[in-house]
Amino acid sequence: MRGVFKTLVGGIVLAAGIAQAALAVEPIKVGSVLSVTGAAAYLGDPELKTLQMYVKKLNAEGGLLGRPLELVHYDDGSDANKANAFAKRLVDDDKVDFIVGGTTTGSTMSMVPIVEKAGVPFMSLAGAVVVVEPVKKWVFKASTTDRIAAERVLYDMKQRGITKIALLSDTSGFGQSGRTQTLSVLAKYGVSLVADETFGTKDTDATPQLTKIRNAPGIQAIFVFGFGQGPALVTKNIRQLGIDLPVYHAHGVGSDEFIRIAGPAAEGVKALAPALMIADHLADGDPQKPVVSAYVKTYTDTWKEGVSMFGGQAHDNFFIVVDAIRRAGTTDKAKVREEIEKTSKWIGTGGEVNMSATDHMGFDLWGLRLLEVKNGVWVEAK
Amino acid sequence: MTNRITSLVGLAIVTAVVAIIPFVAPNSFYLDLAIRTGINAVVVLGLNLLIGFAGQISLGHAGFIGLGAFASAVLPTHFGWHPLAAMAAGSLAAGALAAVVARPIFRLRGHYLAMATLGLGIIVNIVLRNEAQWTGGPDGMPVPAMTLFGIDVVSDRQWYWIVGALLLVSIWASLNLIDSPFGRAMRALHGSEVAARVVGVDVTRYKVAVFVMSAMFAGLMGSVTAHYVGFVSPALADFGHSVELLTMVVVGGMASVFGSVVGAVLLTALPQLLATLEGWETVAYGAVLVLCMIFLPKGLVPTLAARFERRRR
Repeated sequence: MRGVFKTLVGGIVLAAGIAQAALAVEPIKVGSVLSVTGAAAYLGDPELKTLQMYVKKLNAEGGLLGRPLELVHYDDGSDANKANAFAKRLVDDDKVDFIVGGTTTGSTMSMVPIVEKAGVPFMSLAGAVVVVEPVKKWVFKASTTDRIAAERVLYDMKQRGITKIALLSDTSGFGQSGRTQTLSVLAKYGVSLVADETFGTKDTDATPQLTKIRNAPGIQAIFVFGFGQGPALVTKNIRQLGIDLPVYHAHGVGSDEFIRIAGPAAEGVKALAPALMIADHLADGDPQKPVVSAYVKTYTDTWKEGVSMFGGQAHDNFFIVVDAIRRAGTTDKAKVREEIEKTSKWIGTGGEVNMSATDHMGFDLWGLRLLEVKNGVWVEAK
Repeated sequence: MTNRITSLVGLAIVTAVVAIIPFVAPNSFYLDLAIRTGINAVVVLGLNLLIGFAGQISLGHAGFIGLGAFASAVLPTHFGWHPLAAMAAGSLAAGALAAVVARPIFRLRGHYLAMATLGLGIIVNIVLRNEAQWTGGPDGMPVPAMTLFGIDVVSDRQWYWIVGALLLVSIWASLNLIDSPFGRAMRALHGSEVAARVVGVDVTRYKVAVFVMSAMFAGLMGSVTAHYVGFVSPALADFGHSVELLTMVVVGGMASVFGSVVGAVLLTALPQLLATLEGWETVAYGAVLVLCMIFLPKGLVPTLAARFERRRR
């Protein structure tokens, strides 16, 4: 046993040594902590693949500022406490130049105290608005927030004269933060709730909640805020109960998986998603067309699998920093941070990004597209 | 008597290691790792008293850690408590909860405590996730800095000495406890419950006492974690975290004080050591645990100590 352990340790030390030797050319270090395993793996996996792919690609094209890039990645296993420890390691031991990561809001928030203290540019991939509000000096997040999703849906409802809705949110952090944000902007669009229900992310049946919703007086539409397969099952239940109201989903379902699970019940359902999800259907003049097509092609060619909006967010956040470093002409953290803050009219897979000292997210309402299922595929809603 | 000497030597070694680390650590990441190890070690010490001596398994220790951690986050943030008061309250709450659960359960024989604590841990976790207006829900919440005598404790070095001192005191207290009448009763109880009862040991009372104590250890370290990290999330109170602590006890060695420390060191450092094996870390982690259990079934410290002893004879 002792021999085995010695060999093991020896092997690790050797591997570390080889890695050290390759460092001689002083690369730009990209740190990342993502949830590649565990509950949030379906978010973290495409994010990591995206980063690996582009670091490799940039290096093949001669690197950045003439220096190669090196990706230092740790998997937090969807555990916020591990994310905190790994952030510490990235900052103090690996001494990375910037960090992309924090797949979930929990992971991101546990990393925030460390990057703020150390002063390292940090691009979060999380969803909740709490990441960038209040504004934190070193924390950015060029990925859609739940408040934007809520406003985008409510805007569409207002256009269609819908004023009384039911909110059905899942019990995850995503759903609950979405619920809070929806409640906070309801009044702005003159919409009121006639029912406010929740469902568990692992529930296979939401009929009791939907029966209540069906009987709510004056109800005109249902807004489902959740991600994963829960919302698909809810959609099935809605049609099974014969409820014929418009159904809106937030930005956690825009995938072909959703249509596969919900089946015919998905027909006519509306959901939010970045332009990435309808890459094939984008009009030729669409400003996002080039970046989205390029991303889809690179990703599917490299990994032989479909794209997700989460990988797209990793792309956007990574390249915002890459471009900032290019503009700054240095990896000096304070200068790079300033340049990230100056990002404007930057087109990514998630929409147009305009950062400022008071807005570290940079998206407006139109970053998310409202999609609709027509004949079993997602198309942009008219 | 030799036992006593071995214990003192062990304590001296741990003290020396604790004293040296800050001077040899290349950067504060290693200090951070040492602090997390120390925090785990104290919790595992408490848990090991319960498992090793009372022969009872707790599958909900992370729940007590969660209680302590959120007491330190919620009470100062929402109610303006002093962090020290919040820390004490968290530890006491964990102890009180343990006492309430333990009393009826220890009247029964068998592993009912495992079942009860499993449920308890999950309940704590659900409450922390759902009471979002107080706890921040699944995303967690930030924790205000700890203030001691008017000074904010924020640097790694300050925390290192605090956790180091807590660890040494805990080890010393555990060693003394095992050698006390209380400890002798516990060991009798571990050997044979019936025999212990025959010689007049109040089995239930001792079991409850040790369970409450280990819960308070966990609650206290939960508070320390919260202040040190500056952020808490319900993941702290996860079932997975409970199992992790249990694994530390088993790998280090049940009913062994230094086994607890070694188990904590190994299982806290191992994931960091393996983190560079991208994609294979879980496999390697599992393999190390399986090998440990096959070749060192009684845990690292007891097995190695026995082997050492045999060779000396």
